[in-house]
Amino acid sequence: MTPSLGPFVSLSSAILKGFLRDKASVFFALVFPLMFLVLFGGIFGDQEQSRLDMVQVGAVPLLDDMPEQARAAFDATFAVETSDDLDAAIGEVRTGDADVAVQMQGDELVAHYTRTDQVGSAIVQGSLRAFVDGTNVALSGQPPTYSLRTEAVEDDSLKAIAYVTPGLLGWAVAMSAAFGAAATLNGWRQSRLLRRLQLAPVSTRTLVSARVAVTLGIALVQMAVFLGLGVAFFDLVLTGAWPAAIPLLVVGTLCFMAIGLLAGAVAKTTEGAVNMANFIVLPMAFLSGSFFPLEGAPDWLQGLSQVLPLRHLNDGMLDVMVRDQPWTAALVPMAILAAFAVVVTLLAARLFRWEST
Amino acid sequence: MAAIEVRDLSKSYGDVRAVDGVSFEVPDGEFFGIIGPNGAGKTTTLEIIEGLRRPDSGDVVLLGERPWPRNPRLLPRIGVQLQASSFFERLTAREQIHTFASLYAVPGATADEWLERVGLVDKADTRVEDLSGGQNKRLSIACALVHDPEVVFLDEPTAALDPQARRNLWDLLSGLNESGRTVVLTTHYMDEAEVLCDRVAILDHGRLLELDSPRALIRGLERPTRITVPGDLAGLDGVPDLEHLEQTPDGVELTTARPAAVLDALARLDRLHGIAVAGGTLEDVFLEVTGREYRA
Repeated sequence: MTPSLGPFVSLSSAILKGFLRDKASVFFALVFPLMFLVLFGGIFGDQEQSRLDMVQVGAVPLLDDMPEQARAAFDATFAVETSDDLDAAIGEVRTGDADVAVQMQGDELVAHYTRTDQVGSAIVQGSLRAFVDGTNVALSGQPPTYSLRTEAVEDDSLKAIAYVTPGLLGWAVAMSAAFGAAATLNGWRQSRLLRRLQLAPVSTRTLVSARVAVTLGIALVQMAVFLGLGVAFFDLVLTGAWPAAIPLLVVGTLCFMAIGLLAGAVAKTTEGAVNMANFIVLPMAFLSGSFFPLEGAPDWLQGLSQVLPLRHLNDGMLDVMVRDQPWTAALVPMAILAAFAVVVTLLAARLFRWEST
Repeated sequence: MAAIEVRDLSKSYGDVRAVDGVSFEVPDGEFFGIIGPNGAGKTTTLEIIEGLRRPDSGDVVLLGERPWPRNPRLLPRIGVQLQASSFFERLTAREQIHTFASLYAVPGATADEWLERVGLVDKADTRVEDLSGGQNKRLSIACALVHDPEVVFLDEPTAALDPQARRNLWDLLSGLNESGRTVVLTTHYMDEAEVLCDRVAILDHGRLLELDSPRALIRGLERPTRITVPGDLAGLDGVPDLEHLEQTPDGVELTTARPAAVLDALARLDRLHGIAVAGGTLEDVFLEVTGREYRA
């Protein structure tokens, strides 16, 4: 057989058309993950801490006579309304309609807060204590000896969406690569198309290349759509070495294709193969930080996640896409994913059968 | 030269001897049938010849080559239609045959010609999932023939089709060996083999029981011919060579080993109107060689 691009092109085109005409495949590859992106984008999009509602009962000279500058900082933290009814104000705090109710008793500022909102109550107590202390310092006429300035380590423009996008993209790519490989292998085996192609003058290499090419194409489109939407609508800012995520994603796609092949080799039916791929990929996505950051997870869980390829794909993409790491940060994840791909492919090849019976 | 030589082929699956010492030759250009009930070993025999399976013992030479292991020199010269509809999912009939054509480096125009030849031009833009059973088989046959192979293997091309669709397909199949192509067909329909095949091999329990042309096999039965004419027995006692003469509700049934003489006599009596002649069938042959009724 003379090597020719013809069979490769026509097989790729046949596989691609089969994918595009399968609404469920397109939905799960693109629409479904994008729904999560929009959902998370909506949840995390407004990152600024909303102001705390304060009910001021009666006259509170400490707040009323605040200097101009302090007033601005105070207003940034608290939305103040006034009331004459202490009981009603405390009732509002209790029901969550207000975060804090304040009154003056002599020189003492009394703040009524609710313990049901721990973050809010901590901010309330911290802020009010700071105001009281600041006012005391000012009244003493002495300049303060120490001062505090806080700076976030990330770029000012960094939003939580930046963390969510690479993780969701990793999950989307893992899912469609694994499903595609599993469903193709099983569908073709069941219809005996595999056998039919075995009797056609087309090499296994050409066949596999065509399937890989289509899956890689789909993965790159997923990436373009995710990053495009993230940048356009969710203020996603990519850091310098983000193009290094492309080869990383390619290796990751191969790794998850291998997992899909393994599922396809083990399962007897197409449905079984897709379910098995789902059974592997979905928990892996949770444990690999695709849906929420793992920083708060217990140590054993973080340790466990290190054996999951998706964890390394997500970490690598986070590093180069949003954490401003150099492109070399993608090398170790790529090596780990490649090793996974090789081992899993060998395993799938051992379990491979031409026919479903 | 023989297109196919099969010598002493055997293949077992566990305890089941699917193919048991089968030998035959198929000359170039023959329409060869392998018939037998389900589970007789037809498909296994076919798949060993195609090179999909390795025989436990025995030898296959296909177009002068060994088909096992996968022989790339052989692949462009053979066409196969598997029992299942082995198609790419969600492609239209045209896309399907064009994809197969490109695997064999055959131009798209040829693929379109085949679509026309199997009568699927109207369905060219229909996805394979939406084709009827008969259209499906036609497309599958067209895909097997698109590269004009020297030998084509058709595994039960009319299985699961209604009688009308089956007969439509016969018209298509019967011309396939016209240009010198060798056709090997398996079927469990005896009538189909009788109509289409130059020679048939009768397989049962993996063994080759008979191999000859359908006519010769039926002749070999020496089964008397049954002739039925409307009317009554009057005037028929002079007909020669009768083994049996009987009045039936349909008319008169004459049984003879020499139908020519009987028909001649009937013609002179002007009793040919509404006549029915029934000879033996391959099913009778099957009954004869296996000792049991044929079950398709």
